[in-house]
Amino acid sequence: MAEAAIRPAALDRARVLQWMQTYGVYAGVAVLLVVNIAVTPHFLSAENFRTQAVQVAPVIIVALGMALAIGTEGIDLSVGAVMALAASVTALYLGYGLVPALLTVAVFAAVVGLANGALVAWVGVQPIVATLALMVGGRGIALVLLPQLKDLHNPALASLGSGDVLGIPYLIVIAAALALLVAFVIRRTTFGRQLLAIGDNRAAAKLAGLPVRRVLMLVYVACALLAAVAGVLATARLQASDPTSLGNLMELSAITAVVVGGTPLSGGRVNIAGTVAGAVLIQLLTATLIKHDLPPSWTQIAQAIVIVLAVYAARGRGKR
Amino acid sequence: MTATRTETEETVARTEKELLDAAEPVGSSRSERLSALVQQHGALAVLVIVSAVASLSFDSFATGDNLSNMATSSAFLAVVALGMTFVIITGGIDLSVGSLFALGGVLAAWGSQYGTLVALLLPMAVCGLIGVVNGLLIARSRLAPFIVTLAAMLGARGLMLSLTDEGANTYLVAKGSFLAELGQGTTLGLGNPVWITLALFVAGAVVLRRSRFGQHVYAVGGNEDAAALMGAPVARTKIIVYTLSGVLAGLAGALNAAWLASGVTILGNGMELEAISAVVIGGTLLTGGLGYVSGSLVGVLLLKVIQNVINQIGSLDSSYQQVVSGAFLAVVVIAQTWLGRRRQLL
Repeated sequence: MAEAAIRPAALDRARVLQWMQTYGVYAGVAVLLVVNIAVTPHFLSAENFRTQAVQVAPVIIVALGMALAIGTEGIDLSVGAVMALAASVTALYLGYGLVPALLTVAVFAAVVGLANGALVAWVGVQPIVATLALMVGGRGIALVLLPQLKDLHNPALASLGSGDVLGIPYLIVIAAALALLVAFVIRRTTFGRQLLAIGDNRAAAKLAGLPVRRVLMLVYVACALLAAVAGVLATARLQASDPTSLGNLMELSAITAVVVGGTPLSGGRVNIAGTVAGAVLIQLLTATLIKHDLPPSWTQIAQAIVIVLAVYAARGRGKR
Repeated sequence: MTATRTETEETVARTEKELLDAAEPVGSSRSERLSALVQQHGALAVLVIVSAVASLSFDSFATGDNLSNMATSSAFLAVVALGMTFVIITGGIDLSVGSLFALGGVLAAWGSQYGTLVALLLPMAVCGLIGVVNGLLIARSRLAPFIVTLAAMLGARGLMLSLTDEGANTYLVAKGSFLAELGQGTTLGLGNPVWITLALFVAGAVVLRRSRFGQHVYAVGGNEDAAALMGAPVARTKIIVYTLSGVLAGLAGALNAAWLASGVTILGNGMELEAISAVVIGGTLLTGGLGYVSGSLVGVLLLKVIQNVINQIGSLDSSYQQVVSGAFLAVVVIAQTWLGRRRQLL
């Protein structure tokens, strides 16, 4: 922005928008950090950063899966329901120990992912509708399995939620590790390249002999598994399974993080660093408004404005 | 098939054929007609069967009271689904309707102190305005409908909450006012909202089928570029459908507030999904270009009948309704895709 002000000739809307799309999210995070450090009391403390980071970790994990789905020109609306399902299943199978419970959660999530993937890849339903069915039905299944909030008393689960290594909470370590893993998969593996090729042009990818259906199935399975991880971690942090409200509106937060982070909804490109920054941006925005005693409704309005600005900046790039 | 054909040519021809098959399933005209019939009236058949089974199984299903209650509680969703039908036929989607429904209810209850006219017009105007903004961003700035209306969903709910002290303040509709009578009174045994809804559906069907605007709605959804080349006002049509969707969601919220005698702030969550489900179940294609107003009404009734049946069983928790709705939506969508003549490529 500053550069454009100095050189009026360069006040080229397309370039400003392009800069905004790639770096806007980091600029936003930086601005919010500086403003908060300047005006918010007790903002610059290890305690506060820890709280913010632990709160944002599940959003980041869900957003990673969402970024994969959006990279294929898809979307996964069922992530919030998968989180609820993960919470229910964890509560039901925790009696057999943490590991069997987590494996059962993984199986449930994989089944949801396979169902989504099959609808998208084999039946050819648009992703938004295919995953809408499980968004509605998935939370229903979660509530059928566990009708109300249940307190969990399991030392292993508790330590997963509140323990740390070298002072860094497990939640943050897991989120960071998963972000690196997903970024590696996107950039360095055949699967990642195939995913982006499909998102860029599905028909061309098919004609080029790429295993379109298999890749799409894997993407939706990965998205569901990541959402399940987030659901388990959130449950571990709450020390309670809450299928009624866990993951509500999570699909919106995740999509916002991905879009704000510079990944176009039209597929073919995925920006993992931006996605993480996008999730952090929304978290900081919420925290800023809350810490200044502004009503939560303002957060929603602010988030709405951020989404529109982000997609407006992304406009015109890639396919329409 | 000539003998001189090279292997490469055959490969190319085969690939082309595969692509054509994927795009345009071949079939006799009879099976095509059958598909179209199932597409258009499948939901109605299921509704009749479910209702028949329900009235045989439960004594309390086919009673006047129960049917009248179901009709009234369907009315509000139906009005929202009517607007959604127009939007989906243009190939778009409107996720903001649930929030606009809640906002409309709060505005109507607040406005009722200034008279019925204000209570009805204010929500329609405000929600319509949000619809105009949606339409402008989608049609003029060419942003994805899904993401624009998602933002509007958040923004409208935020606006509604800030009007009600974060949901703590519930405005009431005065007893005995004309607005309360409009929402709670009955005419010929059916609630007034039901009659209003039926009138809106008749008007909607006439507009969609018989007006130039209706033709534009289908044309834009069928093929936007072709519609533009033929001179249809693509942007204007889109702006109008999103405005219409906003106005109808606001009106539905206002009627619901009149019925409940208050502007309840927790309503409308997930209503966009119910409305989309109803429209899709009713045979409207999400890819746009094909759809029926009457189908959406049938879709709403089907959802409400299923909900009622699950309540009648009693031992089943209401969360089963979500499972059934989700499963039902999946089945319908799969069937639509297989029956549909305009399949996506691949």
